[in-house]
Amino acid sequence: MATEILMPALSPTMEEGTLAKWLVKEGDTVSSGDIMAEIETDKATMEFEAVDEGIVGKILIAEGTEGVKVNTPIAVLVEEGEDASALPAAAPAAAAVTEAAPAAVEAPASAPAAPVIDLSPDWPADAEMKSETVREALRDAMAEEMRGDEDVYLMGEEVAEYQGAYKISQGLLDEFGSKRVIDTPITEHGFAGIAVGSAFGGLKPIVEFMTFNFAMQAIDQIINSAAKTLYMSGGQMGCPIVFRGPNGAAARVAAQHSQDYAAWYMQIPGLKVVMPYSAADAKGLLKSAIRDPNPVIFLENEILYGRSFDVPQVDDLTVPLGKARIWREGTDVTIVSFGIGMQYALEAADKLAEEGISAEVIDLRTIRPMDTGAIINSVMKTNRLVTVEEGWPQGSVGSYISSVVMQEAFDYLDAPVINCTGKDVPMPYAANLEKLALITTDEVIAAVKQVTYR
Amino acid sequence: MAARKTTKKPNVSAEELTTYYREMLLIRRFEEKAGQLYGMGLIGGFCHLYIGQEAVVVGLEAAAKEGDKRITSYRDHGHMLACGMDPGGVMAELTGRIGGLSKGKGGSMHMFSKEKHFYGGHGIVGAQVPLGAGLAFADKYKENGGVTFTYFGDGAANQGQVYETFNMAALWDLPVVFVIENNQYAMGTSQARSTSTKDIYHRGEAFGIPGEIVNGMDVLAVKAAGEKAVAHCRAGKGPYILEVKTYRYRGHSMSDPAKYRTREEVQKVREQSDPIEHVRELLLTGKHASEDDLKAIDKEIKEIVNQAAEFSKESPEPSVEELWTDIYA
Repeated sequence: MATEILMPALSPTMEEGTLAKWLVKEGDTVSSGDIMAEIETDKATMEFEAVDEGIVGKILIAEGTEGVKVNTPIAVLVEEGEDASALPAAAPAAAAVTEAAPAAVEAPASAPAAPVIDLSPDWPADAEMKSETVREALRDAMAEEMRGDEDVYLMGEEVAEYQGAYKISQGLLDEFGSKRVIDTPITEHGFAGIAVGSAFGGLKPIVEFMTFNFAMQAIDQIINSAAKTLYMSGGQMGCPIVFRGPNGAAARVAAQHSQDYAAWYMQIPGLKVVMPYSAADAKGLLKSAIRDPNPVIFLENEILYGRSFDVPQVDDLTVPLGKARIWREGTDVTIVSFGIGMQYALEAADKLAEEGISAEVIDLRTIRPMDTGAIINSVMKTNRLVTVEEGWPQGSVGSYISSVVMQEAFDYLDAPVINCTGKDVPMPYAANLEKLALITTDEVIAAVKQVTYR
Repeated sequence: MAARKTTKKPNVSAEELTTYYREMLLIRRFEEKAGQLYGMGLIGGFCHLYIGQEAVVVGLEAAAKEGDKRITSYRDHGHMLACGMDPGGVMAELTGRIGGLSKGKGGSMHMFSKEKHFYGGHGIVGAQVPLGAGLAFADKYKENGGVTFTYFGDGAANQGQVYETFNMAALWDLPVVFVIENNQYAMGTSQARSTSTKDIYHRGEAFGIPGEIVNGMDVLAVKAAGEKAVAHCRAGKGPYILEVKTYRYRGHSMSDPAKYRTREEVQKVREQSDPIEHVRELLLTGKHASEDDLKAIDKEIKEIVNQAAEFSKESPEPSVEELWTDIYA
C-alpha cells in the first residue's frame, strides 16, 4: 500500500521548515533508518530517516522549498510493483492534534478558593498546661511519632551521636537506635535525595538540615523530586517527608547563615510550608507534618528554640496544617505574622494597646496552604493590615498576602497594606548593622500608626 | 565501542533467546514509532529515544526478580517496556493523553509505575542517583531483600550528587546496582571531552565500590553481569557498579542533528554490533528459530506497537479538571 511521507516536526517548536536536500530519488528502495532528506528546522539542519520500507514512488516537494508546513506530504512510498498514484485517501493523522489542542483554553485561571474559616480550638480549654521550650516540644513530637510508626526515621548531620547540632534530637538515638536516627556525612544534596527516594520506597523520613541555609545545596531534590512527583506520576507516587531545621537569622552569623526561606518555599505547588512560633504549635504542627502524606518544609528558629511556652498536656497533640491562630483579638488593625516575626507583632500589639490602639494579631503558622480566610475575615473587621516577617521585601510572604487581600477584600481596606520585612540587604556581621537589617518592634508600631492614620 | 563477540554456543535456551529478541525488538519498534509520531506532531517537547541501547535494560531485567526496583533518567521508554509496563500506556503518555501512565501530566521524561516498581523517569541529570540509593535504603530498612537498579548515563556520571551517593551507599551497604549506561555522548559532548577518566566505573574504587565494564551490545553479557551484581547486593555486601558500554543510534533528543559524530561512526556500530542482530544470529545459527519464526515475531511486535500507537491517538486529552488534581495527596 502506498504511504505518504509527511514533513516531520523535528524540534519542540518547529511549525515549518526548508526541505534542503533530497538524498533519495524516485525509484530508490529505502529501508528503516536510511536517510531520505536533509531538513532545516528553526534550530538546525537535520537528517530525516525512513521509518518504513519501500520504494520512493514520487517526490512531492522539490529540494530547496522553504516554508514547508509540518505534516505536508513530501513524498510517496510505494511497494514493489505499485503505482505512486495509488495513494490512500485517508487524511493525515496529524489532524487529531489540531482538533485536540484548544481544550486547555477552558481551564479556570486560578484554583477556586472558597475561604473556609476554622476557628475551633486546637486543644480543650481545660487542658493542663506545662511550660516547655520549643526545643523540647520538637523533640517530643518526633519521639511520639517515631514510637507510633516504625517507618518514621530521622536523618541529618549530627542528629545521632552528637545529639543534634542544636540539641533538638537529644535522646533520640538512645531510644530508637542507629537504624532510625542516622548521622549523615556533610552532603545535603545527596542525603536529601536519598531521603526522598526512601519516601518513594514507603518510608517517612524526617530530614534535619543543620540550618536551612545549607538546604540550598539540596533544593533541586526538594522541589524537582519531592514536590513534583505526585503530579508527574498522575497521583501514583507521593512523597511523605519532612524537611526541618532552623531558618532565618540567629545572631551575628552574617549573610550566608542568616536567611529566611519562607517566601522561597511558599511558591512551590506540592510543598506544604510550616513556620511555628510557640512550643505548643511547634509540637502539634510537627506531629501533623510527619503524618502528612506530602512533603513538608518545617521552618524553625534558633532564637526560639530556648524560649518557653505553655504546652497543653494532652495525649497526641496535633495542630492541623493550613490553619492560622488568632493570638490576640482586636478591632483597629490586623497584624499578620509567623515564626519569630510573631515576637515583634505581639510586642507591638502590647505597646499599641497602651496608646489605645487595638490590634488583632494572627499567627499564620502554616505559610502554604495559607489560611487567607482568617486574614480576610479579620480585615473585614479592622479594615487595616500590617504584615510582619524577617525575610526580604521583594516577593515576600507579605506581598503575596497584600495581593490576596487587594483582590478579595479591596472594598474593606481603609488604608494601603504595609509589609514590614527585613531590609533588602545581605545580613551584615557588625552588631549595629545587623540590628538595623532586622525587623524591629518599633517598625511594626510605626506601620500600624501609618495605616490607622495616628 | 565494544565490538561484538558472539559466543558460538552460548549456554542459553531457545526460549530465553527468543524472549530477549522479542523484548529488544519491541523497544526498537516502539521507539521508531515514537519518532514517527513526534515527526507528525503527535508527541511534543523532548523525546529521547533508546534505539541501540536495548540490550542494556533487557539483559538487566533478566537478572532482576519480582519486587526489585528500577529508576532512570529521561531516556526511559526502554526501561518501562522492559519491566513490563503497558506499551499503550507509555505511548499515550508521550502523546499527552488521559490513557498515559501519568494521565498525560508527566510526558516522555516523567513516568512511573508503582505496580512494576518503576520509580521514573527523571528529567534532572543525575538526580535519580540519590533517589535510587534511597529506594535501596528503604529496602534495607524494611529488610525485604530487594535490590534497586539505578541507571544513569556517562554524562550524569560527572554530577557531584553521584559521588555523594556513592559515599553513602558504600558507607551504609545499600543494595543498589549503579548502572552507568555509557553511550559515549553526553548530549553532544563525547566522553573524551567531558570525563577525566577513561573507565568511569573506576571512580567507585575511591569509595570501595566494586564494578566492571560490560559489553552493552550483548544481552547475554549484560544479563551475566547483572546476575553477579545482584548477588553481591543481595548478599549484603553493598552497592555494585556496572559500566555498560552502549551506543545510541539517534540524536540526544528528536531535535539533535548529531553533528558531533560522523554518519560512518553510527553506521559502523549498526552494522557490526547491533544488539538485536546479535541475538537474531544466535537464534538462526543455533537453529533455535527459522527466518519464518522470526518474521512471525516481527509481525507480532509490529502489531503490538501499532495498537499502542492507535491507543495513544484515540485516548482523549486529560479533562481540564486534571490541571488541579494530584498536587497534594
